[in-house]
Formats: sequence, C-alpha cells, structure tokens
Amino acid sequence: MKRRISLHINGQPYTDEVEPRLLLIHYLREVAGLTGPHIGCETSICGACTVMLDGKAVKSCTMFAVQADGRNVVTIEGLAANGKLDPLQEAFWNEHGLQCGFCTPGMILTARQLLADNPNPTEPEIRHGLEGNLCRCTGYQHIVNAVKSAAAKGRA
Amino acid sequence: MATTTTIKPDTLVGKKIRRREDPRLITGTALYLDDIKMPGMHHACIVRSPHGAAKIKGINAKAALERPGVVAVFTGADVKHLGAVPCAASLPGLRVPHHHLLAQDRVYYQGHPVAVVVATDRYVARDAADLVEVDYEPQPAVADPEKALAAGAPAVHPEWPDNTAFTFHQEGGDTEAAFREAEVVVKQRITSQRLIPTALETRGVLADWRPGEKSLTLYSSTQIPHLMRTLVAGILGMPENLLRVITPEVGGGFGSKLNVYAEEALMAFVAMRISKPVKWVESRRENFQATTHGRGHVDYYELAAKRDGTVLGLKLKLIQDLGAYHQLLTPAIPTLSVLMMPGLYRFKSITADIVGVFTNCVPTDAYRGAGRPEATHGIERMVDILAAELKMDPAEIRFKNFVHPDEFPYATTTGLSYDSGNYAEPLRQALATVDYPALRREQAQARQEGRLMGIGLSTYGEICAIGPSAAMPAGGWESATVKVEPSGKVTIMTGASPHGQGEETTFAQIAADELGVDIDDILVVHGDTAVVQYGIGTFGSRATAVGGAALYYALQDLKEKMKKFGAMLLNAEKVTLAGGACVDELTGNSISFAEVATAAYHAKKLPPNTEPGLVSTHFWEPPNFTFPFGAHIVVSDVDRDTGQIRIRRYVAVDDCGKIINPLLVAGQVHGGVAQGLGQALWEEAVYDENGQLVTGELTDYCIPKAHLMPWIESSHTETPSPVNPLGVKGVGEAGTIGCSPAVVNSVVDALAPLGVKHIDMPLTPEKIWKLIQEGGRA
Repeated sequence: MKRRISLHINGQPYTDEVEPRLLLIHYLREVAGLTGPHIGCETSICGACTVMLDGKAVKSCTMFAVQADGRNVVTIEGLAANGKLDPLQEAFWNEHGLQCGFCTPGMILTARQLLADNPNPTEPEIRHGLEGNLCRCTGYQHIVNAVKSAAAKGRA
Repeated sequence: MATTTTIKPDTLVGKKIRRREDPRLITGTALYLDDIKMPGMHHACIVRSPHGAAKIKGINAKAALERPGVVAVFTGADVKHLGAVPCAASLPGLRVPHHHLLAQDRVYYQGHPVAVVVATDRYVARDAADLVEVDYEPQPAVADPEKALAAGAPAVHPEWPDNTAFTFHQEGGDTEAAFREAEVVVKQRITSQRLIPTALETRGVLADWRPGEKSLTLYSSTQIPHLMRTLVAGILGMPENLLRVITPEVGGGFGSKLNVYAEEALMAFVAMRISKPVKWVESRRENFQATTHGRGHVDYYELAAKRDGTVLGLKLKLIQDLGAYHQLLTPAIPTLSVLMMPGLYRFKSITADIVGVFTNCVPTDAYRGAGRPEATHGIERMVDILAAELKMDPAEIRFKNFVHPDEFPYATTTGLSYDSGNYAEPLRQALATVDYPALRREQAQARQEGRLMGIGLSTYGEICAIGPSAAMPAGGWESATVKVEPSGKVTIMTGASPHGQGEETTFAQIAADELGVDIDDILVVHGDTAVVQYGIGTFGSRATAVGGAALYYALQDLKEKMKKFGAMLLNAEKVTLAGGACVDELTGNSISFAEVATAAYHAKKLPPNTEPGLVSTHFWEPPNFTFPFGAHIVVSDVDRDTGQIRIRRYVAVDDCGKIINPLLVAGQVHGGVAQGLGQALWEEAVYDENGQLVTGELTDYCIPKAHLMPWIESSHTETPSPVNPLGVKGVGEAGTIGCSPAVVNSVVDALAPLGVKHIDMPLTPEKIWKLIQEGGRA
C-alpha cells in the first residue's frame, strides 16, 4: 500500500516509498533525516514542526507526506547558504531570541513568512504573525526584537 | 621565547554576549532526544489508564502481540520485582505508596502507565497500544484536595482512607501573642491552581543495553543526569558504574524534568529484555496526563497587624494537592512555601500547618518557583488585603514593613538567614518608572468615568542557589572541573545540566576573565555521566550561584598552578595571567598561555612540589541559600463588557545579585514573567469529579502566546550576595514569582470600586465578566 513520492527538500530531490498515513514531519525527520523541525504537540497548535511548502509556512505535523508529492519543502536546515546564516537566524542569535531552542526552527520559518508578507511589520503585527508558534522559554520579547531587527536589516 | 605583551583590561563578566549555544540551535543541527537513532532501535508506546481510579481485572495483549512488527508487551507483573519510582523527600510520618513502574491491580490517575508495547516501528507501536485490552472496573475518584479531606470521600489509596499523606507544623516566634497584640486581623482563602509545566519538548528516553558489557546507556531529556543514574541503577538493581546517563539537548524543563519517572527505568528494563535499543517519546497528551504538574495549593491565611500597618504575625493552613503518588520531591515542595511565607517583611511570628493530600491526579512536583510562587502570591495578596482594610496605599504599607538594609544577615521567623538586600530600592525605582502619583490621579479620574483601571504591586523575595546540602535530600553542592589542555585550550565540565539557561556562555565568560584567555578557546561540557564528575543538576536557580562558584574555585587552583609553571619558565618572582599570556610583573616579560600549558604536560622541569598536568575539580558546598528580590508593577484596564484584562504596562525591577550576562538575565526575566502571567490569567489544569483531565491538550490549556504578552520593562538593582565569590543570586524563577501577585493585585484594584476584595487565579474573562455582572461580590 506504500506510495511513491518525489519532492524537493532544501533544493535537493528526494524520492521515497511511504505509507499514505505517514505525516510529513515524520517523513522529514525519520526518512529524510532532517531533524531540525520538531514535534511539540501533534495537533498543529505549537508550530515547532513549521516548514515552508512552496514558499508558505505550514505545520508539518498535520500534513501527510504524500500531500508534499511534487512540491518544494524548505526546512530550517535549508536556510543558511554556503555556511552563511540567514538574516533571521543571525537576528535570533544577536537578540537572544531563543533559550532551549526547541521552538526556534519553526519560529524562524514562521517569521520568514511574516516578513515575506509584510517586510515592515509593527510590533502588534509581529506578535499576531507569531501567535501560531508557542515558546515556553522567552516570553516572546526577544523574539519580537529579533524579527524587528531582521526586518530593519532587510530594509537597509 | 619571552616577549612583551600588553595586558587587555577587557572583561566579559557583566557584558551582553550572544550565546555560544545558539549556532547549533538556529540551524536545526542540535540533537534532542527524539533526533537520536540507533541501529536496531525499537519504539515503545505506553498504554495508560483512561480512568481516574479503577481496579484492573485483567489484561489481554494477544491481539497486540499478533500485530506484525510487535516484539513484546510488558505489564505490571513483568516489573513487579523491580524497585519503586523514588521519592527523595522525607518528612516525619510521611505515607509513601509503593510506586511500581507499571500499575499492578489498580490505577490511581488518568495516564497511569499500565503496559508498554514494543515494536520495530513507531506507528506500529502506537497502533498496537490500542489493541491491548485492559479490563477495568472503575472506582469512585476524587480530584479536589479539599473534597478528598472531607468525611466519606473516596480513598485514593484504600489503605489510607483519610487521603492524608502527611501533616507538617512549623512555627517561629509567638504567633498567639502576635494575634493577641493585633489591632486588625485579615483572613483570606487563596488558591494557587494546578498548572501543567508544558516544556515544549515532551519527555523522552532512549535505552541502549550492551549485553556483552552488561552496561546500559540511558539518554534522557532530564535536568538531573547524575541523580538519575544513581536512582535508576537503584530501581534496576544494577551497579551504578555500569549505567551511563546522557542528556542530549533538552527542550525546556521548568522543573518537570527534575525527576526520575517510571519510564526511565521501564525503557532500561525493556532494552535489557529485548537486547535492542528502545526509544520512547511522550506525546503531548501523555505529557499533560503523566508528567508532573505544579502548584495545587489551597491556602487559608490570617494576618495580624497594627492599625498603622505594621505586620505582626501570619498563620497559614496549607492544603497541598499531591496527586496519587510522590514523585522525586512532591511532599517537599510545600515546605519551601512555608520557608518563604514572610516575604520581605519583618514578621515577628508565623505558624504554618501543611496537609499533604492524595488525589486521583498525576503527582504535583517542582514547577518554576516550586513553592515560592505560591508563598509569594499568598503574602503579596495578604499585604494588599491588609492595605485595603486599613485604607493605606499598597506601596506605603510595604515600605513600612520591609527588612531594613542594615539588618542583614536577617534571621527570619521561618529559620532562614536572608543574605543581603535593599528591599525598598526596586520598589522606589519601579514606582518612579510608572510615575505612581500620576497613575493614581489617572485612576481616580477613570473611576469617576466608570472605567476599571488597576495598579498592582508585588515586592517579592525568593530562595535561590538551592541549596546547602543540609536542606536537600541528596546533596546541595555543585561540581566543576577545569582542564587546560596541552595546547592551551580550556575544557570546563560542570555538574549542572543547563537546558536553555545558557551556562555554556556564562561559564565561559567567567573562565575567560579568570584565565585571561579568549572565550572561543573555552568549551563547556555537561550532561554525560561518563564524562562529567558527579553533579546535582540545574533547578532552583542554582546553576550559576552554586555551579558557577564551584567553577570559580577550580579556576583559582588552576591559575595558581599555571602561575607556578609560568614563574619557573620566566625566572620571575611574581606573574599574572592575562591577555592570553603569563606575564612577569616586574619585567613585563611574558610567555604565552599555551606555552605554559604545554610545559605543564611535557614536564621537562617541574616547579617545587608540583605535579604535571593542569586539571582541577571542585565540589562547592554553599554556606547558605541566596535571596533575590524585586518589585513588579502591573497597570491594567478591565473591559466591563467582556471581562477582558488588558495589561497596559508591566514594569519589573529585579535584583538577582551580580549579573554575568545582561542579555541572558533579561531572557530569564521575560520567560519567568510569561509563566507567571500564564498562571495569573489563563492556565489551569482542570480535572472533573471522575479524575478526567479536562484540559488534556494545548487546545484546552492556554499557555501564553506572542500576541497575549505585554511588553515587559525590565531593569535591575545589583546587590551582591556574600554567599558565593561571584556575588550572584540567581534569576531563573524571579519573573514567575514576582508576576502573579502583581497581576492579581492590579485586577483586584481595578475592580475595587465594585467591592471586590480577592479573586483566585486564573483571571479568565468569564470569571471577571461574571464578577462584574454580579456587582463584584467576592
């Protein structure tokens, strides 16, 4: 009953036989070996599993791998190019936008979507843009600073 | 080889340094428990009780075992011979139910582990768990601690029909005299509701048994690797030195991973039985049902005072919801509340009576603050209630009663010795920040217009650097080893077990300053019992205040030894270590740090009475706790039509002693406040009368989200602690402890015109709206 899927992850082609019920997050973590996206709740509340699918941030714990067939996925591992950090990664680091780090890959990708939609967000817009991603460590303030800082860099 | 160098005066302690942990975390390359795979690894899924209380009449695993891919199903009978899940706390007369790794003939709470299914695949294990047929006979349950104490309540453990695990009495001073002397007595029942810690990474265990060596490696997402090794070895009856515990990256703990759970020993047992590595990762639903909760207090307070606002005595009857079992520290947590109950005030006397109550709920245990938030919430509410009774300003009544700066060390009526402080200063600064007189004028205007605006204060104290070994069941010291390698690179091994706090950075800052080397030449290692000397772990705001002190002393030893080598090599009388070199103080001649290190290992020549090598280990026993303090102010607006609370300003002035890295301290304050705010406004673990956890998922249990959080205006006063050489106090829990009373005091203040005197947390819109509708009777 397995189905063949072909997709691109972080620019690389992947082809695998998967069970139709295999969740995308499990495909990424267990089959493709990309453990950057995490599982925090399995109910699409926490956002730790967030990846980009054809340029949109999605929660990969509530999607099947077969739904990603033929599509382009970007995970946190695909952000840094040639060893150079993405401006959001750099901003999270500079602003101390993470503590335990478990939510961070999903948080950064959601922030990426946020800045793609709105390169010059206000603080309330940043907070609302991130409300689908939970962080239990930071109280979000340094995350907000990080997104502000990345947005400012993007404008410079 | 001697050259002259300039000594760099730069120091790193006290500076904002971005974390050295972060590159692996922001690139998705850090390895958390579930990221680890092993050849031949199997997956476990645990079958848990759906009932709050039931007898087990039988278990049929046939269908599960027939499922392809399933290799074993284990039940209570298989693990009956093993030791119990440990409780390290001891109190006089404590009743300790035998806590088997899997339920025997009864289940005592929803989520109680009943069987474990082992399969080659994660999905198969989960499928097969549903195929295990357990024949339950449901029993009456009790989930509310006060109902559990009532006559005729269902007995959680049939052998103890009164559901009382212990009672504990403590008094200091003459409370009866204080109450006789009192001109005013205020009383209030105050609850601190059950909370779910909700580390974003759930628990997980990977057990790897090597039959040829009879050794076991246990990977666990924990705050206490070494204690886990000792205790799991005890449960299994295996030699401790053949058990290795490795803590991978840990995705948050907040006290919920300061424990040894059944699952650690259970996975070890499974790995030994199937001779394959086995991994178990908790689902979020399991995490809510089966990982310890926090708080769970019903407190009855009486405060005696004079009419001028001087506090005299405090009485507390504390009902602690323990849940069905004692986890590692469960019964000890409310005793911390009693220690902290006088707060920052000069009480002449206190009396406290704790009743520890069994309920058909998952055990409570440490959760960020562990007993101190409950105590602080109580005293800070009571002081406000007293101020309201006396029609005094809540700031004035606090200034009147603070311990004075010239009274330190200050002996409290609860037997503590407060180390240092200027308790009025954070409050003064916070009041100035918000322009308190102007705010009160604005509030008077708002009230005239019928708007509900509140100003709430809390001035908290807390107990950190936990703690002297005398106060701890299994040692309260911490350890550090510093090695200068032959190349001059530095390796620090700490017995603390950081999981987001950032000691890989702060400890390197301390060492870079002490040794005069580049921070990038320093590696901080933790969380592997085969590599790191025995340690206690990270909890109770202790890692820097105790572990950092151990590091400091290890560094001093090593510095002295390196100076001996340097002086020998330079033919110098007196040398200093700085700027990556050892420098002759007289001539300015120098030799590089690396050259000194090499010489110490090559050992061609040794200073008198000196061994080769550069390693130092210290186990540092703290002489006392440390006592951070601070003041938080919350300005709130309450919407009459919806009951919504809008926090307009949140000002926090915290004193955590000397600050090593302001960026990380700010992060701890923000995160702590968020958890305090979660308790104050939204979070509550709700069990129904059958012991069903109603708030069983993140959909029903609301932790703070980005758009719900106010901007936190955080600043500090800095009073060094005399307890340790770094002067640090600890900051991990301060935000949480200071927050909830400031929020509730603010909202009660907003609703005061309606006659509201007290509201229990969480202050949900529904609760506030109802209060407003009822005209504020509370």
